[in-house]
Amino acid sequence: MRDRAELVIIGGGIVGLSLAYQLARMGMTDVVVLEQGYLCFGASGRNGGGVRQQWSTEENILLAKQSVRMFRQLSREIGHNIWFRQGGYLFLARNAETAAALEKTVKLQNRMGVGTRIISPAAAARLVAGLHTEGIEACSYNSSDGVLFPWPAVWGMASVARQLGVQINTHTRVTGIDVKGREVVKVVTDRGAVATRRVVNAAGAWSWQIARMAGVELPNKPYRHEILVTEPLKPFLEPMLSDLSNGMYFSQTMRGEILGGISDPDEPSSMETGSSFRFLARMCSSMIRLLPRLSRVKILRQWAGYYDETPDGQPILGRVEPLDGFIQLNGFGGHGFMLAPAIGKIAAEWILRKVDHRIFHTYALSRFKHGETRKENFVIG
Amino acid sequence: MGRTIVCRCEDVTVEDLNQAFSEGYRDLESLKRYTGFSTGFCQGKCCTAHAARFLSALKGGDDTVADPIRTRPLLHPTPASHFARAVELLDEESK
Ligand SMILES: Cc1cc2nc3c(=O)[nH]c(=O)nc-3n(C[C@H](O)[C@H](O)[C@H](O)COP(=O)(O)OP(=O)(O)OC[C@H]3O[C@@H](n4cnc5c(N)ncnc54)[C@H](O)[C@@H]3O)c2cc1C
Repeated sequence: MRDRAELVIIGGGIVGLSLAYQLARMGMTDVVVLEQGYLCFGASGRNGGGVRQQWSTEENILLAKQSVRMFRQLSREIGHNIWFRQGGYLFLARNAETAAALEKTVKLQNRMGVGTRIISPAAAARLVAGLHTEGIEACSYNSSDGVLFPWPAVWGMASVARQLGVQINTHTRVTGIDVKGREVVKVVTDRGAVATRRVVNAAGAWSWQIARMAGVELPNKPYRHEILVTEPLKPFLEPMLSDLSNGMYFSQTMRGEILGGISDPDEPSSMETGSSFRFLARMCSSMIRLLPRLSRVKILRQWAGYYDETPDGQPILGRVEPLDGFIQLNGFGGHGFMLAPAIGKIAAEWILRKVDHRIFHTYALSRFKHGETRKENFVIG
Repeated sequence: MGRTIVCRCEDVTVEDLNQAFSEGYRDLESLKRYTGFSTGFCQGKCCTAHAARFLSALKGGDDTVADPIRTRPLLHPTPASHFARAVELLDEESK
């Protein structure tokens, strides 16, 4: 392992790797990535691969829009097929209040050049054969949202970054960060130390632990989120479906499987990734209510990962007081995969070329102290 | 030469494992995700032992590398309706 580097990235998930990948492409390769497990160990290897531009804040819409453009090129760029399929996203509202909220966010999206439409339940049933529309008030639909297979995106970004000279150390756990005055000087791992002046905390649900090593308190909390996959079926389901009444979502992957999860308001914050029967029952029941024809489909496998959640559902990005050179890229909740291409690009330009961006202000850690938070209301799962 | 299949569900061959190994993926969890073995209909019941054996051979007979991967439920593919019915039990539990 290199014993010094211009920049150390803690966390080999999609966020850390996207940054490493973009930095390397811009010519900065004196970079070390430290990952405690294998690549895909964290949320980036456990998520639903959903990519949508239907958000309720300007920043998320901008980031998602840019990321969709980048995902369309990514397979070619990284030499790994990410199986990105733009079958759209269909949100379903079951009461007037949610329907009104949908209408408002759609207006914002339209103003920002995202072509989401409010459609009737009958129109939704034309998009999804067999959709049980009883009790559905309104839907929003965007045909350029989509799904992808997360693993190859992780492999591909890692492999290009490596080829360009970035060192990615898996099975290497960060145990400490040495700080002198206002400066970071060293990252300590169970396999040796790396001297550096700049450290990026892209440790997902573990970010609060990493921050604490440098004496910084983050408000992030980890929550388990479960997910399941069925046997593969002939392609029949174009859009991702998401029921806003209970935060259930599912889509059909390019491998033919139905893949999805559901929110659980009773889930406590924990570092637990076991699978539960409760999830299976709630997910299957909610899925069948929406699409009864799935009732006989066989469930193959279930697993869980973490959402790295902040109080306002928005990430924490950029500098933290009083440390120079300790950069946060974390707190992505249930949507870090889809934003990662844009985040990596914007952060690389900021680090390497000092190009400022509004997200480093809106999403700075200091917002919690100054009370300037705006909640993202559209967090699912 | 014929192809040797390690995982029939996902059509993973010995060559695929060799390729992944040569790209630096040298633990079973990474190999599983890089090649896709153990993610098909049999849930790894048919292929995981083969893959572990090949990995151990590639590592010069070191059988400590072949730690079992984390197995995931379900044991058998089961229709969604079976679980959906159980949701009523959960409701009663929480009352
Ligand atoms: C069930 C589920 C479904 C989801 N669905 C979607 C979806 O449809 N669309 C979407 O965009 N997002 C989704 N997400 C969220 C998405 O997966 C995450 O936001 C994203 O993967 C976060 O990436 P990351 O790189 O920040 O974190 P991670 O992928 O978790 O990476 C952080 C890495 O840091 C490493 N690390 C931690 N501590 C240390 C240490 N001490 N030393 C070294 N390394 C360390 C971890 O091992 C981990 O690999 C979902 C998440 C879950 C759990």
